[in-house]
Amino acid sequence: MFRLAVIAISLLLASSSVSFAAENASPQRSKDLYFSEALYYAFQEEWFEAISRLDTELALSKELDEPELDTLYSYLDQAEFDIGDFELYYRMHHRAGRAIQAVIEGNVDEKVRNEAIFRLARIFFQKEQPGNAFHALERISGEVPENIIDDLAFLRTQVLMANGRFEEAVNILKQLEGVKSLEGFTSYNLGIALLNEGKTKEGRQYLDRTGLLQSDNPVTLAIKDKSNLVLGDKMLNEKDFTGAKEVLDRVRLEGPFSNRALLGSGWADASQENYEKALVPWTILADRELTDPSVQEALVAVPYAYGKLNVYSKSALLYGKALNSFGQEIDKLSDSIKSIREGTFLNALARGEFKQDANWVVKLRNLPESPETYYLLDLMASHDFQESLKNYLDLEQLRRKLKTWTKDLAAYSDIIEKRRSYYEPLIPGIDAQFRKLDSQMRLRLEQKDHIEQRLQSMLVAPRPDYLATAEERIIGQRIERLFQSANPLGKEASGSITARIKRLRGVLDWTIYTEYDQRLTDAYKNLHKLNVVVEMLRRQYTDFVRTRQAATQSYQGYDDIIRRQQIRIATATEKTEKLMAQQGHMIETMAVNELSKRRERLEEFQVKARFAMADSYDRATRAQARKEAGQ
Amino acid sequence: MKKFIKKIMAGIAVMLLLMTTTALAEEVSREQIKGLDEQVQEIKSDVLSIAAELNKLEEKLLYPSHTQIAIFVSLTPEDESQVDYVDISIDGDPIIHHIYTFKELEALQKGGVQRIYTGNVTTGNHEMMVTFNGKSAGGSDFQKTETIQVEKDVAPKIVEIVLAQESITFRDR
Repeated sequence: MFRLAVIAISLLLASSSVSFAAENASPQRSKDLYFSEALYYAFQEEWFEAISRLDTELALSKELDEPELDTLYSYLDQAEFDIGDFELYYRMHHRAGRAIQAVIEGNVDEKVRNEAIFRLARIFFQKEQPGNAFHALERISGEVPENIIDDLAFLRTQVLMANGRFEEAVNILKQLEGVKSLEGFTSYNLGIALLNEGKTKEGRQYLDRTGLLQSDNPVTLAIKDKSNLVLGDKMLNEKDFTGAKEVLDRVRLEGPFSNRALLGSGWADASQENYEKALVPWTILADRELTDPSVQEALVAVPYAYGKLNVYSKSALLYGKALNSFGQEIDKLSDSIKSIREGTFLNALARGEFKQDANWVVKLRNLPESPETYYLLDLMASHDFQESLKNYLDLEQLRRKLKTWTKDLAAYSDIIEKRRSYYEPLIPGIDAQFRKLDSQMRLRLEQKDHIEQRLQSMLVAPRPDYLATAEERIIGQRIERLFQSANPLGKEASGSITARIKRLRGVLDWTIYTEYDQRLTDAYKNLHKLNVVVEMLRRQYTDFVRTRQAATQSYQGYDDIIRRQQIRIATATEKTEKLMAQQGHMIETMAVNELSKRRERLEEFQVKARFAMADSYDRATRAQARKEAGQ
Repeated sequence: MKKFIKKIMAGIAVMLLLMTTTALAEEVSREQIKGLDEQVQEIKSDVLSIAAELNKLEEKLLYPSHTQIAIFVSLTPEDESQVDYVDISIDGDPIIHHIYTFKELEALQKGGVQRIYTGNVTTGNHEMMVTFNGKSAGGSDFQKTETIQVEKDVAPKIVEIVLAQESITFRDR
């Protein structure tokens, strides 16, 4: 557990970036659901999903005729930034750089532009391009968002230091001394910058000050330990053993740098020939995790101190114990190298379930199938190895996705074929029936429109005759026929008959005229009812057209897209597998080299311990002989 | 023995150097790492572009707009309860049962919104029932159930469900 913490803190110190979730712990809640969905994945560090979703949403937003009506519109700047961040976390620095460059070159507010440049400079710095980072930072001018002022200044000092411009870095760092969030980092960097500038005394003072910090923050405590370790090592090299001992003893016993501090503290005592005192830190260290280089060193340092104290028998026994341990460790390393060469390490990596944990790199060692990771913790703390590992895992994720998509596309083709075989025989009959109904519907709608127009005109020029009932029309026609038959051509009917016919006509006209208003109202009511029915009909019509269209669209026009995607997926799969093999080989080579280096070192210790053991036995025997002679 | 001490001291220096700098094998050069990293970035870009095309294809093929319904889940800010799982049914048919992982829950609490379901329904009215099980800030278990009528028309239907211990709120979008 102890060494895991070393690695965890080393990772923390090695990288200036923090997690997206930590940086956005209380984000402004977006009202755009799809943007918030991308954030949902980003908070889980599912970068592929987050990028692909936000990319799609941004592309859709740009295609809109009135983008200002879209809910994403108010968050566009934020979304552009976030996608750059997601790409950065997904280690797509080129794309992230381009995205941020686009913001810088766009028509944006000064603050937004400056924040974008800050992010771009941070990318350059993280990609170990301090020159580009420096030039990017030079482009910042005018107002800077308040929340990044300190981070920007600190980044500037890091970039200046990386470019060897220590004096300028010192000037800025001195202004940042009071910033709480940078506590420890500012004074530590000041110490390092001043030492590099040649101001040794002042530099040591700052490292000393950092080493005396009081804090509960684990990160501050880690930088405090690191500062003490750096200063202690420096003093050891300068043969200031008393000072070195004092500084190294400040490092926490359970802290991430304690192994190296204990070893150094012992050497500070031993260098002053205080071997008894040296045994205190070395004995503590010798009982710790054996794979640590400092612990391995302590295994020979302890018997060496006993030898100096003339306790040769104990010294010889401890050298023997160390030899035994080294032998076991060398065997373990040889097995690990063999296991890596057989591909076990990569297979364990590809399983991927440990990725659920934030400290997945550290947790690798818990995999029973990968004992080789036991010795790789230091290598895992290195930026290049970590990046290579993450790339390998990303490639594995891509390979799995591509494999799934290949199956998905086959299933889509199947669905399309099934839809085609279902719809194609049905559609001609449905279309024919629809055409018939369509012409009937058009006719009836024309009639309705005609009635509507006529009713409209009757409001201006009343026409009661238009509203006569069918019965009244028949009666009217009969009356007309009676009149014609009663008054044949050239003859006149008798007065009484004509009067009766006229009365009948009068009665009919009376009814039609007096009931006209009511009939007109009723006609309007009926027309309204008809409009409701017509509206329903229109809806059904639209639904049918849409469904008919959807039926065709459900199987037509996909063949080319699917074929194109299948080709792209096949090409990408081939490329991914090739890259995985290369990346895997690179990781294996790095791991094997690291393990070989550790094995060689242990073998050197083994040789030295063997000689020292023989020497101790020799001395023990001689001492025993002297003792016996004295008696 | 002095020679031995010197060697051990030199060993310490080498070890400290190894611990403080990035130790790389001779066979793996910086250029190789960088070159491969750039190729990995390229393939990521290619696959992301395939994903975008597939998303569009999937939506068009599987969830056409006139039948599409998408359901989103979010948490009420400042609500301290913890969601264990969510059940959703439409017209009595269960459509999703989701148990939350710690990471998912954390993502929701930070303001992320989860698209919990995308599917198809016919146009017209549908009854949606949401049940959510969780733990209160005090640690006691609770369950909440709410029902709403969802009207589906020809446009894609979006329903946002906002969960809190006090209530389940629906936002029809």
